[in-house]
Amino acid sequence: MNDRTDFGAALTRWQKPWHMLFYKELLRFRRVSFQTVVAPVIMALLYLLVFSHVLESRVSVFGGRVSYTAFLVPGLVMMSILQNAFANTSSSLIQSKVTGNIIFFLLAPITPWGFFLAYVLAGVLRGMVVGFGVWLAALYFAPELWRPVAPGWVILFGFLGGAILAMLGVIAGLWSEKFDQLATFQSFIIMPMTFLSGVFYSVRSLPDFWFKVSHLNPFFYMVDGLRYGFFGVSDISPWVNLAFVGTVFVMLTWGTWLLIARGWKLRN
Amino acid sequence: MTCAVEFQAVSRRFGELQALDDVSFKIAPGEFFGLLGPNGAGKTTLISVLGGLVRPDSGRAFVMGHDVTTDYLNSRHRLGVVPQEVVFDPFLTVRETLRFQAGYFGLRRVDDWIDEILHHLGLSDKADKNMRTLSGGMKRRVLVGQALVHKPPVIVLDEPTAGVDVELRHALWTFISGLNKEGHTILLTTHYLQEAEMLCDRIAMLKSGRVVALDHKHRLLSPFEMIVVRLTATRVPESWQARIRQTEGQSVLIELQRFEELETLLAALRADNIAIKDLQIEQTDLEQVFLRLTGSDQKQPPEKIREGRS
Repeated sequence: MNDRTDFGAALTRWQKPWHMLFYKELLRFRRVSFQTVVAPVIMALLYLLVFSHVLESRVSVFGGRVSYTAFLVPGLVMMSILQNAFANTSSSLIQSKVTGNIIFFLLAPITPWGFFLAYVLAGVLRGMVVGFGVWLAALYFAPELWRPVAPGWVILFGFLGGAILAMLGVIAGLWSEKFDQLATFQSFIIMPMTFLSGVFYSVRSLPDFWFKVSHLNPFFYMVDGLRYGFFGVSDISPWVNLAFVGTVFVMLTWGTWLLIARGWKLRN
Repeated sequence: MTCAVEFQAVSRRFGELQALDDVSFKIAPGEFFGLLGPNGAGKTTLISVLGGLVRPDSGRAFVMGHDVTTDYLNSRHRLGVVPQEVVFDPFLTVRETLRFQAGYFGLRRVDDWIDEILHHLGLSDKADKNMRTLSGGMKRRVLVGQALVHKPPVIVLDEPTAGVDVELRHALWTFISGLNKEGHTILLTTHYLQEAEMLCDRIAMLKSGRVVALDHKHRLLSPFEMIVVRLTATRVPESWQARIRQTEGQSVLIELQRFEELETLLAALRADNIAIKDLQIEQTDLEQVFLRLTGSDQKQPPEKIREGRS
């Protein structure tokens, strides 16, 4: 009997069980990359084409220092990161729950942190890949963006935004019993918060009331922070953005981990 | 010696339903153990506790001495579960399914072992097929392979032959018996009493979340062991009227304690010149024990609840 146990123990030293779960999540979106990567990039470019064509000559942002098309690109990059990070974790979890194959890794010796990291990192990675694709394609329309002013801020806010939405995706995936419930979460929470976060406009152009309301939307700080990375200017200080986004990140990390550790809607 | 599996007063309630009620028993390493019970008896809940899928309200469970709640990493390394439902990942091929399952247990570079599993389960020619293209029986074989891929000393099979054709059922029986002979402890839940009778050493019977019997197969059968004669004749001798257990149409069921009594019965029939139209002899099987112990046989309520050795 011991030889079998030792076999497992010896090989375990080489690889953590959650690495395989992470790899499976990557494989899942890579296998359908047209749907998970190419289609969202095309969608973002359509937004760029339509909005920039209609509004380029009518909207002035940051006192005219930045063209509207260029202004739009970081917003669309962030929107793509957020939506795809959320879609990756939430759809993967609900699929595993509905088909029942979630049992394969619930029976495995994967810790709650391992479960958390596998899903969230895969979600962030898909978000970042799509965001990178949007940025590359958008360079055709706004070549001045080939070199962001502060690339560190771009990566930092891209990562934090992706991670926050990936965690929200985990929560939504755990909570939902069927695809319909997930669609509700996406349509009534994620989409409105994304569209009303300043992706398509500067919040300074809004009436005072809506300007204040925008500050209650955590997505606004992610978009504004990423925009600072590209232009060196933003609606509010990047440090304020970082403080807000960082706080949400820490709180959601704790909350998501706690739900997984307690087996919320996973283990009876 | 460390038990392969141990349940200590495990209870679990789902709303109004007491799914498990103070369940305690042990399974020794290398045993082939059967868990029987009607639908809703708590079999799947009990093995879900072992796999960490269900948390008990009270009590503890162990796999190879490791607590499934407080030491779950070690207990899960030592446990392989074949679930009742046929589930699969539609994105993966058969080989990938097994590779990923091995990876979930921290194993890699186990292709030789995977090839061996595929060979034993008759899946070698399906290795690179997508799981979606496999028949139900083939998918079930893959599930068995997934439970074995990390070479666990304890293997739990939850109704592995439910809805499986006769050929595959026999192939699975041979395969599982082979695993047991190699030293794996097997915990089998099944509806097929013939399956349990043929394969298992000890058997526990569950009803409404409680263990109503637990003993070696032959000891479980012995208290109920008797010979039942199904006699179809013009009439029954006066001296045997009191021995009639049941009347079914033209036939009567008569219980005998020993085969020698059959000769006495035949002699009485000859003495009274009674013509025999048909005579069949039946022996007690696990199904009758099961029906009596679980109280499903209302005509023969259990005389007592047996608590065998564990």
